[in-house]
Amino acid sequence: MISIENVSKIYGTRHGPREVLHDVNLTIHKGEKIGILGRNGAGKSTLIRLISGAELPTSGHVRRTMSVSWPLAFTGGFQGSLTGLDNLRFICRVYGAPIGPAIPFVEAFSDLGSYLREPVKKYSSGMRARLAFALSMAIDFDCYLIDEVVAVGDSRFHEKCHTELFEKRKDKAMVIVSHSPAYIAEHCERAAVLSNGTLMLFDRVDEALDYYHAQS
Amino acid sequence: MAGLVSAEFKRSLIIQTRVIGALLMREILTRYGRHNIGFMWVFVEPMLFTLGVAGLWTLLKLGHEHHIDIISFALTGYSSVLLWRNAVNRCNLAIAPNLSLMYHRNVRVIDIFLARLVLEVSGATISLVVLSLFFMAIGWMSAPADVLTMVFAWLMLVWFSVGLGLVIGSISERSEVVDRVWHTITYLMFPLSGAVFMIDWLPRALQEVLLWVPMVHGVEMLRHGYYGEWVTTHYNLVYFASVNLVLLLVGLILARQTQLRVEPE
Repeated sequence: MISIENVSKIYGTRHGPREVLHDVNLTIHKGEKIGILGRNGAGKSTLIRLISGAELPTSGHVRRTMSVSWPLAFTGGFQGSLTGLDNLRFICRVYGAPIGPAIPFVEAFSDLGSYLREPVKKYSSGMRARLAFALSMAIDFDCYLIDEVVAVGDSRFHEKCHTELFEKRKDKAMVIVSHSPAYIAEHCERAAVLSNGTLMLFDRVDEALDYYHAQS
Repeated sequence: MAGLVSAEFKRSLIIQTRVIGALLMREILTRYGRHNIGFMWVFVEPMLFTLGVAGLWTLLKLGHEHHIDIISFALTGYSSVLLWRNAVNRCNLAIAPNLSLMYHRNVRVIDIFLARLVLEVSGATISLVVLSLFFMAIGWMSAPADVLTMVFAWLMLVWFSVGLGLVIGSISERSEVVDRVWHTITYLMFPLSGAVFMIDWLPRALQEVLLWVPMVHGVEMLRHGYYGEWVTTHYNLVYFASVNLVLLLVGLILARQTQLRVEPE
């Protein structure tokens, strides 16, 4: 279970402090799939980083009693001067996962061939996305945090990601952040709408969609 | 005793050790790569520095009038400088290039500092030990009078480097002024840090001023261990330990503050 209790996040900007999230509460149970809708800049990515623990809330608590992935956003999370393979080793070490079985999986899934042994900075953005996704699938988590998954890769890779995430891991919990209502409707059981830093939680996805549409 | 350490603490310790290990491997790969001698640069680089300085000081006949042997004098002095200087330099601005790694929850600001500190401290230590053994083997240096005192002095200098590294590393994240000023300070501190003189050689008034510089106490103690009663050294362990303790506490607090401020890329 992940419980987010009274979480607020304030960023210091040049124009003074700006509250991005205000008193957010959310509980995610094992195996549950929750969608979070919000316009650009509503604070979706901030929320997902707080859930992952990559950033700490200004006030409030995030408690995790299941293993949670880092935000799968297809960028970030790796070092450009290292090869794809070295990045894989680093991530396995950080999460205490065995390196041996992860290598063939990432080789097969990312389809990077010999590029896996080249520094990541030489990759195209599509190649980076493939590596990032393969890395995050190489380690087993109870809950996956997915930040705007839809936008990536060609349709073949898209298909592969879909199979890996929603078919092979259909029993896992997921928090999916998106500005696409259709995507949330397809994959989630519950949904919440983030606007002006506050989170409105709905028991049914269609209620969340109605609320989301009513705002615009 | 076992009851005092909670299961949660143990688990956290295991995770932190794992993360620092991973960062260490990554650091070695990004800095030295797999080309030529690879990770051996960790200690070959400080060794080359020390050898260069020892050679230069021999030419300048430094310490000649005090009948002190240059090689051992350079080795004990310059190794100490390398220890604190490299350790702190590597903590300076260490966070920004590693922001993308903070995507992973267990990778914390303090881990990045600690991984770099472990690497620099090991490098300087291996360099000192290997060079000492080498010069003793070829007869250019005699065996130390009291190895234990040397080890103790070295550990005190390591403590100082860790504390100062955490402080400079954390505040360099807040203001770029720190980076610029720090380089000037390092440059000026080299001649003042006790590496190029023994306190006893100096006039009384200057002694009192220089004994305010913390690392002087470490170097003096290191030399006390090496030369034994043969030279007169001046150091105050209580003063050095107090400075170290304050630095470490302030460093840990600042590192925690930095953790709250970082925003991964």
